[in-house]
Amino acid sequence: MLRTTPFHARTSALCQAQNWRRWAGYIAASSYELNHDREYHAIRSAAALIDVSPLYKYLLRGPDAQRLLNRVVTRDVEKCAVNQVMYTPWCDEAGKVIDDGTLSRLGEEMFRLTAAEPNLRWLQDNAVSLDVTIDDVSDSIAAVALQGPNSREILKRASDADLDGLRFFRLTSGRVQDVPVTISRTGYTGDLGYEVWVDAERALSLWDSLVSAGEPYGITPAGMLALDVARIEAGLLLNQVDYIPANKALIEARKSSPFELGLGWTVVLEKDHFVGQTALLEERKQDPEWQFKGLEIEWDSLEEIYNGFGLPPELPTVPWRTSVPVYSHDRQIGYGTSGAWSPTLKKYIALAHLQARHAEPGTELTMEVTAEHQRKHARARVVDPPFFDPERKRA
Amino acid sequence: MASQNNYDAIVIGGGHNGLVAAAYLARAGKKVLVLERRHLVGGSTVTEEIYPGFKYSVLSYVVSLLRPEIIRELDLAAHGLELLPLESTVTPLPNGDYLARWADHDQTRRELYRHSPKDAEAYDEFGTLMYHLAFAIKPILAMVPPDPTSLNPGDLRSLVKLGNHFRGLGEEKLYSLIKLMTMSSADYLDEWFETEALKATMSASGVIGTFLGPRSPGTAYVLLHHYMGEIDGAFRAWGFAKGGTGGVSEAIASAARRFGAEIRTESTVARVIVENGRAAGVVLENGDDIRASVVVSGVDPKRTFLDLIEPGELPGEFVHAIRRFRIRGSSGKVNLALDELPELACLPGRGPHLRGAISISPSIEYLERAYDDAKYGGFSRHPFMDIIIPSMIDPDMAPPGKHVMSIFVQYAPYELDGGWNDARREEFGDAVIDTLSEYMPNLKDIILHRQVLTPWDMEREFGLTEGNIFHGELSLHQLFFMRPAAPWSDYRTPVRDFYQCGSGTHPGGGISGASGRLAARTMLEDM
Repeated sequence: MLRTTPFHARTSALCQAQNWRRWAGYIAASSYELNHDREYHAIRSAAALIDVSPLYKYLLRGPDAQRLLNRVVTRDVEKCAVNQVMYTPWCDEAGKVIDDGTLSRLGEEMFRLTAAEPNLRWLQDNAVSLDVTIDDVSDSIAAVALQGPNSREILKRASDADLDGLRFFRLTSGRVQDVPVTISRTGYTGDLGYEVWVDAERALSLWDSLVSAGEPYGITPAGMLALDVARIEAGLLLNQVDYIPANKALIEARKSSPFELGLGWTVVLEKDHFVGQTALLEERKQDPEWQFKGLEIEWDSLEEIYNGFGLPPELPTVPWRTSVPVYSHDRQIGYGTSGAWSPTLKKYIALAHLQARHAEPGTELTMEVTAEHQRKHARARVVDPPFFDPERKRA
Repeated sequence: MASQNNYDAIVIGGGHNGLVAAAYLARAGKKVLVLERRHLVGGSTVTEEIYPGFKYSVLSYVVSLLRPEIIRELDLAAHGLELLPLESTVTPLPNGDYLARWADHDQTRRELYRHSPKDAEAYDEFGTLMYHLAFAIKPILAMVPPDPTSLNPGDLRSLVKLGNHFRGLGEEKLYSLIKLMTMSSADYLDEWFETEALKATMSASGVIGTFLGPRSPGTAYVLLHHYMGEIDGAFRAWGFAKGGTGGVSEAIASAARRFGAEIRTESTVARVIVENGRAAGVVLENGDDIRASVVVSGVDPKRTFLDLIEPGELPGEFVHAIRRFRIRGSSGKVNLALDELPELACLPGRGPHLRGAISISPSIEYLERAYDDAKYGGFSRHPFMDIIIPSMIDPDMAPPGKHVMSIFVQYAPYELDGGWNDARREEFGDAVIDTLSEYMPNLKDIILHRQVLTPWDMEREFGLTEGNIFHGELSLHQLFFMRPAAPWSDYRTPVRDFYQCGSGTHPGGGISGASGRLAARTMLEDM
């Protein structure tokens, strides 16, 4: 039986569209309104409230918590200060990505790790002989993302936390009304935004406070469709969509290393031993075979294709997450994994795995589009993600 | 001051079309100077903080058909253009009921069904036909009008292309198009629908900016324009600009500057310098003389040809045509700062309807009577109003919890009996608020500030001759190769090196930018 999140009493009452999807064994609203359009614009122009409770969350405590994490993830956890958050992938012994998430240093010996997939056993297996307790707090901690240009004002009104002093990828604690919360300046939208972590039992009270403080600032509950558009614009990966976790891949070809996913910047090879280090050291000696890049599909090309059928261009009305072939001179050299029309950029964009020699920014490729039941090739240009990266995100 | 002769092009007027023209010229490598009379760019497309903390989209208030190719070619998204959804239209009715059209198809269908099951079905069919027709006439919006009497190969090619295009429509659609071109919107909609409020609200869009009533022939054509946006739906050709309509001007100005254009505000052009039959620059009101290879005017045709150019430089025929060009202003604008959200008697409470348009257009008769007042020299005692609450779409338009309201009002004739003055302006404002209060009982109690603009104010403050928001009525005899006067519809003028790029040229009307883009294209061909 699918579970409902601690915010369900509120989200279900708001969900006019009755459009739900699965997320990690929970149900999550795809959109609240009949159309996700306005929810998306709330993320970019006002503020959106997104229930992200289904994330897997692990609390790691003990003198060896840092050692355990440093053994598992690719980033250097020693460098993670208290109240800092790091985005990181983690790999198997072959250096292929298993999952990605954020680790938050809540104290000298206390961390919280989020994940897209269950990772308790993986963490425990790697904790052999270490003095660390690992708790699965997925159900007991609720989380809500408040994202968008007005999110700071709203949180300032709703909480006593020092938000002006809170930098990008840092966290703080405080109270919203009388509810103790942790606020991290993180999110999955590539915009100014925060994630608020709360004891599941106090979730509804948090939701109500945020909604009432946010009302004059245009706060809008947003579902997964709106979030998906935003995260594609931000060039943020989605496990099981943009890559297949190494521990679930049926064949080698489906696995990806961090270098092949554009996550080379997260790999600190110089640190103490970590899972996958040997393989990654080896891999770094050569250039990766694949690159994960952005594609901008050319409007003129779409117009040509559709006008050939007497139609105006038909664009995806919701983001897609299927495999779409990408070509160079009619030879397939990659595949798109996520795509959407970006209402902010006014561009049709996609995230794609490309053979490295075709992945230089500016390279002209084509992507398959199906127009009037026919497979056509639309011209597309390679770009480095993120597509959208506003100053306010870090400001 | 010494003359500065280092510009390739001078653009008179920093309205949105002038800015678009400037951006395209600069993009092609030309050295461009934009001269704007007011302290900010945008012309009628401006956001101003008239009352502290409250931002008014002073005149134009929704983005109507901003050309997707302009958004794309000038990369306006990168320059901050953000277009937000404006999803519904609610028409409150005198009997306490309402008629709503929502963004969602099923929701709209159910609502129309409540009023007339027949109309609910007809609405879909009507939408399909309009979509086809709009797709068919769309290329015309991106076309420099050909001269139908010319044997010039370029014009002939365009005409043949146009002819083939319409032949390709097929008989049935061609007849529908002819009907639309010739009928009144009331008659045309009568053929489709029976719900009064539906017909009235749809036909109201056909009379916006014209001195015509819904029963006047030729008004049906504008219905089509509302479906044009659907074709480019992804670009959100209809919508609300973040920051108000000034956001559109700011984005275009930013793009123009990025391409190297120079924009000077508070620089009023007194006249265009014409030497040996060619435009050579402009003289500012302060006496400065600025030289350029070409000059383009974004201001309306009357001002352009009757004020800025020595009449002797233009052929008499042309001057007569411009004098006859119909430019009667017929609308006013009321902007309100509100202490709290207004409440609609027919749909109490805070709801999604307050994020869309509210149309005071209960019946065709209501609109026609509003027109009758204006026909005989008065403003409408019970006017047609198109209302939005911008702060519900973009909360940054007003302080938190407060609101702004934009009320487009028709009819307010330029030629008011006895003339406009401050007292008559406020009287007009009172009529608007009184009428609206019938539908919004709490309105009078929550008004913090009110700005009333009559055609008289639009002329004086914004330089719109006779206060016409479209630089000339969008009636059939003033469209395409007749706009503003045949054969000078290709953005050229009888004076060499002098061009026009305002809303008084094809395709005119609304924040589309098409005139500016096409004018720049013509100029670049000649330069």
